[in-house]
Amino acid sequence: MPSRIAKLLHRLFVVLPLAGIAAAQAEAPRWQVNMPVGVTPISRETYELHMLILWVCVVIGVIVFGAMTYALVKFRHSKGAVPARWSHSTTAEVIWTVIPTIIVVWMAYVATPLLIKIEDTRGAELTVKITGYQWMWEYEYIGHDVRFFSVLAEESNAARRLRSGIDPFTVENYLLDVDEPLVVPTNTKIRYLLTSNDVLHAWWVPDFAVKRDAIPGRINEGWFLVEEPGTYRGQCAELCGKDHGFMPIVVVAVPPEQFTAWLDERRDVQYAGREEQAPRLGAVN
Amino acid sequence: MSQTTHAGTHEHHDDHDHGPPKGIKRWLFTTNHKDIGTMYLVFALIMLFVGGAMSLVIRAELFQPGMQFVHPDFFNQMTTMHALIMVFGMIMPAFVGFANWMIPMMIGAPDMALPRLNNWSFWILPFASLLLLSTLFMPGGAPASGWTMYPPLVLQTGDAFPFLIFSVHLLGMSSILGAINIIVTIMNMRAPGMTLLKMPMFCWTWLITAYLLIAVMPVLAGGVTMLLTDQYFGTSFFQIAGGGDPVLFQHIFWFFGHPEVYIIILPAFGIISQILPTFSRKPLFGYESMVYAVAAIAFLSFIVWAHHMFTVGMPLAGQLFFMMSTMLIAIPTGVKIFNWTATMWRGSISFETPMLFSVAFLFLFTIGGFSGLMLAIVPADFQYHDSYFVVAHFHYVLVPGALFGAIAGAYYWLPKWTGHMYDETLGKVHFWLSAIFVNITFFPQHFVGLAGMPRRIPDYATQFADFNMISSIGAFGFGFSQLLFVYVIIKCVKGGQKATDQVWDNPEGLEWTVPSPAPYHTFDTAPVVK
Ligand SMILES: [Cu+2]
Repeated sequence: MPSRIAKLLHRLFVVLPLAGIAAAQAEAPRWQVNMPVGVTPISRETYELHMLILWVCVVIGVIVFGAMTYALVKFRHSKGAVPARWSHSTTAEVIWTVIPTIIVVWMAYVATPLLIKIEDTRGAELTVKITGYQWMWEYEYIGHDVRFFSVLAEESNAARRLRSGIDPFTVENYLLDVDEPLVVPTNTKIRYLLTSNDVLHAWWVPDFAVKRDAIPGRINEGWFLVEEPGTYRGQCAELCGKDHGFMPIVVVAVPPEQFTAWLDERRDVQYAGREEQAPRLGAVN
Repeated sequence: MSQTTHAGTHEHHDDHDHGPPKGIKRWLFTTNHKDIGTMYLVFALIMLFVGGAMSLVIRAELFQPGMQFVHPDFFNQMTTMHALIMVFGMIMPAFVGFANWMIPMMIGAPDMALPRLNNWSFWILPFASLLLLSTLFMPGGAPASGWTMYPPLVLQTGDAFPFLIFSVHLLGMSSILGAINIIVTIMNMRAPGMTLLKMPMFCWTWLITAYLLIAVMPVLAGGVTMLLTDQYFGTSFFQIAGGGDPVLFQHIFWFFGHPEVYIIILPAFGIISQILPTFSRKPLFGYESMVYAVAAIAFLSFIVWAHHMFTVGMPLAGQLFFMMSTMLIAIPTGVKIFNWTATMWRGSISFETPMLFSVAFLFLFTIGGFSGLMLAIVPADFQYHDSYFVVAHFHYVLVPGALFGAIAGAYYWLPKWTGHMYDETLGKVHFWLSAIFVNITFFPQHFVGLAGMPRRIPDYATQFADFNMISSIGAFGFGFSQLLFVYVIIKCVKGGQKATDQVWDNPEGLEWTVPSPAPYHTFDTAPVVK
């Protein structure tokens, strides 16, 4: 009986509200060629830094490729070009040693403040412990007595079998959907503690610009602050065995009030389902 | 650089050259640097197709979303074996082959300094590679933990595990022996007057590569041995249950792995530095600064290793150090690119096949250099790391970089090796097919990587479908284009227009002073270099 109540509660308070949010999110566009700007202050700054170095490379590329192309077109044997005999110019060599040096030192100078910000986990209001398993994630809300596993959604799991006969294009969010997502409040600094129960994994959500390794025996930490409510999808980014491609990450960000309500309901679900859930958790511990 | 007196080489070899013995024994027991060079090159070419076939299994599975052909575990075996074969079985032996053939002829030596060691270092290779390939048929399959062999995952390998370790030991041993031979040859066998700073750039890049090999191959051997003892002898170097740390292996691996990157690319730098002056009809620009740039790259390669592992969670100071040291490599690498461009500047350029591949190298290796610079920026690397952006980056430096360097070298010296000109038209067709398909294969991988596709996954979300399909088409095109390369080589070996001694339009270097094909023994009497 308690298990049936648990399922019902789960439906009412966990699945349905989140499904509404998830449905509001369009699937990622095809032909995407660039890094997402993302929805956290860090992801925005990361995107800007990425674009800055990209443009620096483009400008250098235009100059260097331009010079090469000019040489290839202009100094052709078939056009009767007569080779010069010089093979040295100290001035030129000093110039193209000094200028790149200035550029790389400047780029490091630009990147450093962002890196310091990324590593500063102080002042977090919520801590979530994330544990990697072959092949799923476990999320635990530290101090809130809520923990659960997050595994690849059934539809994707059926379609990804060898020669399953199911067209992946008919599966919503193919390989990027889970049975139960991580739910977090928006506009809240969330610290994550990351570890693994078996081999290396890496927790990557492109929209948060967060990628960090989950390492057995170590606890890595980091943080993110989601500014916009929504569903954000990522994947395990460190080879972890045969189903490395099949342990996605889904994070649903909701306004703080809704999050508090969800957390309370989710705890009730967990207690209501204790008889059913206990062996599963016991097996993990 | 080096001008030589002709006397001695031409007339002399006729009465001295006794030629090779016939049959299989010639190849099994040979101590001749040319025979051994040929075996290295042929072996590398075969392995190019073995490793290439594996990459086509990968690209076939990734042609569409959904699993069509192989199980995920076999997919991982393919990515792992493809990398191991291409790195240790293909590109490294290819450049050792060039070193064997060309270094003695370039420095005016009659042979390598340690000919028996030379024979041994080659013959280790096929056995080590077969040992590695045999793991495909073992219970549990081939290693599937990536060529990086990270624990704890690599410890889940089946029966293949000890064979993986042993074959890495053997391949490393072969490399070390080859490196010792090259150093001893260059240090002791140079012709009178051939000072170190008169040596062709190819010899310089290989001398420095050889030192890198001797420095880091034992580190890899030590690392994999620690894996072996963790697995079978109860040690806990990397096992947390016994107080070990899996991250330690990553530090050991990349202390080997980053210099390894330059072990692969420096000989290609050397080949490009030989070819560009020849077809620009102008001496290499800034020879000495090129030598110092290679030395600087080699030195820096020892202090950048942790940029492969920014996401393991390093202290801030460590991240800043490795970001800065990594970006410093851009400076000597830039010097090389600029000097090559200056070599072509005001030259008189013609576009024979070796030159075409070298020019493609200049452009496409530079693209790989740019993405490398981007990857060095730690905050951005958190997005790029272990995504297809990284796959695009290192394939740009390895395929149109190192591999194009090797192909360019093959076309450049084929007439000297065989005595025949290769088919220039077919060579050019091979070039254009390769250059176009290599970009179709790898350029879209930048896009899917930035859009969020992790590497080493056998199946992907539908949003990545289009670029993956393009990439797979490119890969098959590139793979089959290389069959043309084999045809051109066979055709050239069998016959063709007779090559002159100089082959090209007044190229520099001692190898062009001996007849084409190069006689079995060259420079029995050392030439005098002025
Ligand atoms: Cu994983």
